[in-house]
Amino acid sequence: MAALRGSFRLLSRLVCAHHYSTYSRGRLSRCVYLLNRPQLKICPHRYFRTTTVAAGQIVQFKLSDIGEGITEVTVREWYVKEGDTVSQFDSICEVQSDKASVTITSRYDGVIKKLYYSVDDTAFVGKPLVDIETDAVKDGILEEDVVETPAVSHEEHTHQEIKGQKTLATPAVRRLAMENNIKLSEVVGSGRDGRILKEDILNYLSKQTGAILPPTPEIVPPPPRPTPAAPQPHDKAPLKPTPVSVKPVFTGKDRTEPLKGFQKAMVKTMTAALKIPHFGYCDEVDLTRLVQLRQELKSLSESRGVKLSYMPFFIKAASLGLLHFPILNASVDESCQNITYKASHNIGLAMDTQQGLIVPNVKNVQLLSVFDIAAELNRLQALGASGQLGTNDLTGGTFTVSNIGSIGGTYAKAVILPPEVAIGALGKIQVLPRFNERGDVVKAHLMNVSWSADHRIIDGATMSRFSNLWKSYLENPAAMLMDLK
Amino acid sequence: MFARVAFAACSRSAQCCTYVRSCSRTVFTLGPSRGAVLRSLSSDVFENLALEDWLHNNLDLSEEGHALLLWQNAPVVVMGRHQNPWKECNVGLLREKGIRLARRRSGGGTVYHDLGNLNITFFTSRKRYDRARNLQLVCSALKAVSPRLDVCATDRFDLLLNGDFKVSGTAAKLGRTSAYHHCTLLSNTDRRALSAVLKSPYQGISSNATRSVPSPVMNLTDQDPALSCELLITAIAQQYAHQYCLEPSIALLDPTDENTLPGIRSTTQEMLSWEWVFGKTPKFDVSVSLKVADAIVTLCMNVKNGIIDTCSLELPATWPYWEAGAELQSLLTGSRFCAGDAKLLSSSLLRSCPQTDGVQDRWRDLCEQVASLM
Repeated sequence: MAALRGSFRLLSRLVCAHHYSTYSRGRLSRCVYLLNRPQLKICPHRYFRTTTVAAGQIVQFKLSDIGEGITEVTVREWYVKEGDTVSQFDSICEVQSDKASVTITSRYDGVIKKLYYSVDDTAFVGKPLVDIETDAVKDGILEEDVVETPAVSHEEHTHQEIKGQKTLATPAVRRLAMENNIKLSEVVGSGRDGRILKEDILNYLSKQTGAILPPTPEIVPPPPRPTPAAPQPHDKAPLKPTPVSVKPVFTGKDRTEPLKGFQKAMVKTMTAALKIPHFGYCDEVDLTRLVQLRQELKSLSESRGVKLSYMPFFIKAASLGLLHFPILNASVDESCQNITYKASHNIGLAMDTQQGLIVPNVKNVQLLSVFDIAAELNRLQALGASGQLGTNDLTGGTFTVSNIGSIGGTYAKAVILPPEVAIGALGKIQVLPRFNERGDVVKAHLMNVSWSADHRIIDGATMSRFSNLWKSYLENPAAMLMDLK
Repeated sequence: MFARVAFAACSRSAQCCTYVRSCSRTVFTLGPSRGAVLRSLSSDVFENLALEDWLHNNLDLSEEGHALLLWQNAPVVVMGRHQNPWKECNVGLLREKGIRLARRRSGGGTVYHDLGNLNITFFTSRKRYDRARNLQLVCSALKAVSPRLDVCATDRFDLLLNGDFKVSGTAAKLGRTSAYHHCTLLSNTDRRALSAVLKSPYQGISSNATRSVPSPVMNLTDQDPALSCELLITAIAQQYAHQYCLEPSIALLDPTDENTLPGIRSTTQEMLSWEWVFGKTPKFDVSVSLKVADAIVTLCMNVKNGIIDTCSLELPATWPYWEAGAELQSLLTGSRFCAGDAKLLSSSLLRSCPQTDGVQDRWRDLCEQVASLM
């Protein structure tokens, strides 16, 4: 009632102001000042909105009765912050009382102006929880909150007349459509009775732009229930023919964020690697015989519970080569004064995981058989996939092999991982035609290898001889058998 | 006895629940009886929690609608919405043993579920939310099949057997217009596994997260061997149907059926995501003094949303390769509070560690201890 009286007072003032303006210009500025005074935002009735520049009403949203005689709760999580726009039924916060977790939802559309509590504070039932600045006040909302709101009166605000067609959507959805210049008539509603939901707008947008859109909030309040009265007919008015081309709406934005954990670690490792003068050496390996051998051994390995890939062969061959060229299994100190020849062949395997590149290593390959290496790889892969690799698995490597070919590619320029001095990148195995000794064209399984080595202590000749030896073991697996320890 | 019927059959008879075709999507609703007894076909905790959430958000509980959901999980530790897993259980041991960890949407404490435990969820409108009435129903059901059973509800909404031993704990979730109250019921759970995993070894954590109240527990089968989960399901369903004048049948729900339960797959993905299970931990501080060789290293971390927000590491002045302390601090800041992640990060640091004796070992020891805090 006080609000209504106030508005009449304002109305009478406006009438006077208007009256003055027709009389003298001198007075006009005073009347304009009267209209624009911020204090005049008593109760913005609908038709005042077009004449005043007053801000919306700030409503104190009180914490409603939880039930069971509970008077206080603990605020556990805020879903909004000051300045956020909320729609009716959006989740505002999560509170806890006596083993019950309660989601408090907004009763209004508007902007959050103030949060009365921080996380872990005790909030009181009946006391203000947030202040919301609303832009339109629905009848009766100024009263105390009631837990159960019948959705009936909401119905009149959910229709939008577009081209003679009534489209069902909540104010929140209409706002979202408006912000993105979307015509509701062009969106297919997936809710009850063809109601357009927030998800429908987002799907429509993502189809238009292919842009990655923010995920919908975790707690989805049920859409307001329609009245049992006459269901709205969609197909009453004939549809206008849809336009041939639809203007795409691009919502993509640049995003800057600081580098986190794994990226920082990668930056550090690669910056250190940059200090090493790399040289590269590439070659082609004919794996035809190895492919056949592996095919024969696969079932035997599987019967022992181990998956056999090509990697165990590559790794074992590398270890056999390192026995002849130990400088590739060495390490230099920071000042490059001393070189340490490592006794163990701890061969690292580059692994691609959710967190990025990780390099666990197989310890003492010089002591292991191909089958042992395969079993160890299985173990490391399982741990890597579940994020459970131990420090021991991740440190102590002396030489690395990267099977980038499992994803794709032929040649690569791998970066040496300090404190190692060499690394090999394996391309994918391709079936290509080659000439054999007799000059016939035969089917060959070929793979390219790209080595990188530290040119301060390793020369091209060493790398080349190592590569040739490694290659010979793989092209003729029987030779590996000869040299196996 | 009454028969358990498959979901399709139930819909054909249109007795307790019906399909409603709306916009070429099937939506599950309660029929004219306004009530239903449901059972999940899955024993995957994430699928079941998603199912519970789906029903909470999508069941039409108008006109006094209500439902009962019965479900069981394969071994898993389930914590309350606002709890800290590192304070409630042995996260590392769970990972080692392959026991899953889940966070539910309702409040309350941490529990261990296995197939010897029955979960019961009562869905009602906000107005009809009444935990005492629900527990009374469970007690009546138990007494109907085991008349001499001494079971009663406490004012904390637990069920005690013989006045001393907890056989059921309660939690609840209240939304805008609907609510649910769920409780466990220990029929024949592995009590040794239960006590092993619900013991936290983590030091130095201070937080305002909800703490569990440990209680001595007992299995119903210890008192009456006939009270298996299957019998409990039958008894409770029968009691519910009787109390609410429903047809005595249970509808079976498949929580992976996207057609009947649209949107449930994405909820399941959310429930098993790291961001939900660990990321929803209320902010907490960790403050420890680690003993490495003969030196003391102090580490303080402030963790928000499962991410290390600030980290300060104090190394003694005589610590070798001392400058890497700032490096480790920088790596940890902004990373997940997760042992696996910490090990990966420290491995990159150890790579740059001088190879001379003792230095690597010290740093490795320190990094392992840091990871063991998580």
